[in-house]
Amino acid sequence: MDLTQLALSLKYFVPEMVLTGFILVAIIYDLFLKKDQSHRVGFVAILGLLVTLVTLYLQRGLPSTGLFSNMFALDSFASFFKWLVAIGAILVMWMSLDSKELMNRKVGEFYVLILVVVFGMFLLVSATHILSIYLALEMVSLMSYILAGYLKENSRSNEASIKYVIYGAFSSGVMLYGLSLLYGLTGTGYISGIQTQLMTGQASPVLLILIAVLILAGFGYKISAVPFHFWTPDVYEGAPTTITAFLSVAPKAAGFAVLIRFLNVAFTTGDPNSQAWLALPGLNWPVIIAALSALTMTVGNVLAIQQTNIKRMLAYSSIAHAGYMLMGVVVADQTGISAILYYTGVYMLMNLGAFFVAIQIKNLYDTETISDYAGLGFKAPWVGISMAVFMFALAGLPPTAGFVAKFYLFRTLVQFGDGFIWLAVFGLINGVVSLFYYMRVMKAMYFEKMEFAETKTVIPLHFSILMFVLVVPLLVGWMFGDPLSHWTNQAVHFFY
Amino acid sequence: MGAHLLTLVTFVPVIGAIIIVLIPREKLDAIRWTAVAATGIQFIIAFMILGKYNRLNPDIQLIEHYSWIPAFNIEYFMGIDGLSLPMVLLTPFISFLAIFSSWNIPKAQKGYFSLFLLLDAGMMGVFVSLDFFLFYIFWEVMLLPMYFLIGMWGGPKKEYAAIKFFLYTLFGSVLLLLGMLALYFSLEPHTFNLVMLRAAAPAISQTFLLGLNAGKVIFILLFVGFAIKVPIFPFHTWLPLAHVEAPTAISVILAGILLKMGTYGFLRVSFPVLPAATLWFALPLAILGLINIIYGAMAALAQKDLKKMVAYSSINHMGYVLLGMAAMTSAGMNGAVFQMFNHGTITAMLFMLVGVIYDRAHHRDIDGFGGLAAKVPIYAGVVALAWFAGLGLPGLSGFLSEALCFIGAFPVFTWITIFATLGIVLNAAYFLWSYQRMFFGPLNPKYENLAEINKRELWTLVPLAIVVIFLGIYPAPMLDLMSGTLNQLVDYVKTAGITAGF
Repeated sequence: MDLTQLALSLKYFVPEMVLTGFILVAIIYDLFLKKDQSHRVGFVAILGLLVTLVTLYLQRGLPSTGLFSNMFALDSFASFFKWLVAIGAILVMWMSLDSKELMNRKVGEFYVLILVVVFGMFLLVSATHILSIYLALEMVSLMSYILAGYLKENSRSNEASIKYVIYGAFSSGVMLYGLSLLYGLTGTGYISGIQTQLMTGQASPVLLILIAVLILAGFGYKISAVPFHFWTPDVYEGAPTTITAFLSVAPKAAGFAVLIRFLNVAFTTGDPNSQAWLALPGLNWPVIIAALSALTMTVGNVLAIQQTNIKRMLAYSSIAHAGYMLMGVVVADQTGISAILYYTGVYMLMNLGAFFVAIQIKNLYDTETISDYAGLGFKAPWVGISMAVFMFALAGLPPTAGFVAKFYLFRTLVQFGDGFIWLAVFGLINGVVSLFYYMRVMKAMYFEKMEFAETKTVIPLHFSILMFVLVVPLLVGWMFGDPLSHWTNQAVHFFY
Repeated sequence: MGAHLLTLVTFVPVIGAIIIVLIPREKLDAIRWTAVAATGIQFIIAFMILGKYNRLNPDIQLIEHYSWIPAFNIEYFMGIDGLSLPMVLLTPFISFLAIFSSWNIPKAQKGYFSLFLLLDAGMMGVFVSLDFFLFYIFWEVMLLPMYFLIGMWGGPKKEYAAIKFFLYTLFGSVLLLLGMLALYFSLEPHTFNLVMLRAAAPAISQTFLLGLNAGKVIFILLFVGFAIKVPIFPFHTWLPLAHVEAPTAISVILAGILLKMGTYGFLRVSFPVLPAATLWFALPLAILGLINIIYGAMAALAQKDLKKMVAYSSINHMGYVLLGMAAMTSAGMNGAVFQMFNHGTITAMLFMLVGVIYDRAHHRDIDGFGGLAAKVPIYAGVVALAWFAGLGLPGLSGFLSEALCFIGAFPVFTWITIFATLGIVLNAAYFLWSYQRMFFGPLNPKYENLAEINKRELWTLVPLAIVVIFLGIYPAPMLDLMSGTLNQLVDYVKTAGITAGF
């Protein structure tokens, strides 16, 4: 790679460079702060992400290009996920600023680490070479391990971190093995090159399936699909809640991005941007993904029913949602991918919302148990109503955007033809099952008696604003022209 | 503004709900009167719609048609015809009166009335939507307020009743959603527009889904979705429980309007869009109607709880609607829709009257009263009127619609109809027997001081009674409204169903 090409690529790398700059600024700024001032780093970090968003905005309309000898791609697909991840990170930092868990400790690194994860995810969603995919994945994972264990003196948090590391190391090892087999088979690391090689049809189907399964283990871990999900509940419960919120949204979205890109470019015949595509002959991965999807949503939903801790419940619910999103991967054509993008966008709002309410409750009443939410609907009406909206959206009930997102996914499956209608039926039945535990939160908040606290709890203003920001798009965002769906329809364009 | 009457009639309650949310919770009267105003205005708009409606034209009128989500060809499409207009009139009428019967609801009135108005909007939306997607959204929107209204203001087992209602109807909705998607994809270009789907009915009957005839598969999916709402045996078990636990006004809404949405769904979607499958399923539908009639009546006869008895009488009465619909004759169809309207008014009276006695005696055990006629003669008189309307006494509206259902069904399903008439006897039996046990005989000494029905309660019942008597003597205005559309529907289903065939 010569220097001119490097310089040319840098032109397209502005958001990442801005982010890197702010990471350095934040680290240095943190050195000058006392312990009780260290949360100020959070403001720098938020500012950094906002500037990054501006540069992302300025990048719109650039043609799809490969960067750094095509190790990374700049395309509308990647940029959609960059937006998502950056906005998610901003919301999480906003929430972290007054989280009680993070009070009275030095939190400078906390924000820096989140910025680094964001940077890693920027790379992950645009990676087009197995090496860059692996490196970006590890970058995200390593930072997440540290963040999950951030409450150093809390044994649950330590346990979370250790579990996360062990599962993560194992699954990335398995994935690396799959990638190396793939490299050995095709002699190239570029996913588009892999596709060209595989199309010659000389590879044995058994080996191909083995490779696919090994690689799926790595991605499945990131999106917490069953049976690679075992870390999820423990990590979600033990990690600081803001980090749990972040982990349940951003790395999952990035994991989906790389999964879709990989499958759609490497394991299909022909142009990934065309409407009609076929799975590689001899490797029927849509069926594998369909089975994974059915398994994931069922296990997630069934196990969520018996949870009493809100964070664990949301952890299993996030597993179930990964299952729903996998339904779109099965039919990874234009409409399918667009449906997944839409779902990730909506899922970010509703899931972050649910976690933020959990954080606020933890701040106010120091509890994470669902039955302790009794009477919340009366003690703090706006928090109650917000939580109700998030629960209904997660359950996929109209008129929330959660319904529309699910609708688009089911629509894709039904449209695909008879082959996967069974999966749609499965998904719908799962939707009914999931209602049971989402409604339990409702029931606690509104139906159960509490020692009627005559005084209403005072909710900090900025929290109310945050709830408003999350609730309004969920309720009415899709009714007026559905801007998100326009965006997602345009975002399905790969550079390969 | 004249052009947007249907939008207005749907969303006026939503505006009311928003205003109520903004009123401080101490100002109880302001909250109540806002609810009264919202439903009252809705009622007035419904009358304006009636004024604009041309009853000689059987087609859809007062159309509002805009593109909504163009990417998926989803439309904001509203309109009414002779099938929906009776329901559009019924909904605000019952809602308006039900506001008065919930005047003294005990707690969290702000939440109660705003949810009530949302429920009202959802129901109205279902009756005016002509785009299946829009229809479905309203169908679901109604669920949540209902869940809270039963779960928060209901009786002792309210939570169980609320969740059972919710899960049952949600399960139905899920099948409805699947059927809706299958319909959507059966046509090129994909559409949810019910008018276009109806025009394409023959084509849908010729496609295949999972190796089976698409028409039949979709019909069954929609059937279960709608049947749970009606409710048709064996999907009825949520109903008695929900009714018993719900507060009076909510029972009134539930039986008066919500149940009609099931049969309305059949007539609005299943029948016109899947005529061949409808003819194929007509006999099973009639048999299910018969089961509803006999089973509902028998179960009502066995009840000790007055409200449960009335709840089972709803199952019984909806059976007549099913029988009339299934017959696919002009008389049967008109009878069915007329019965939907009449059952709405009559059952509203029944539930309100149960509420009146429950407010005073704090129980609903039929055998726990006795001899009340001497103590509360006005109440006894009104109950007699409602009970007679319920058992289909000639001269009251229920008689005419039931008779029409039977007349329509007899030539087609002779034996079924003959057995169904047995239901009438049982129907009379449970009403008369319960009346006798409550009002005749020696006065139960516990009720020496039972208070007579008060003015507010009486005035919520009088309008209903007037409608019941008026339509019982002179049904022509109502039948004129709907017969054009319904006769056209019958002809259409028959011809299209036979040509499409299987």
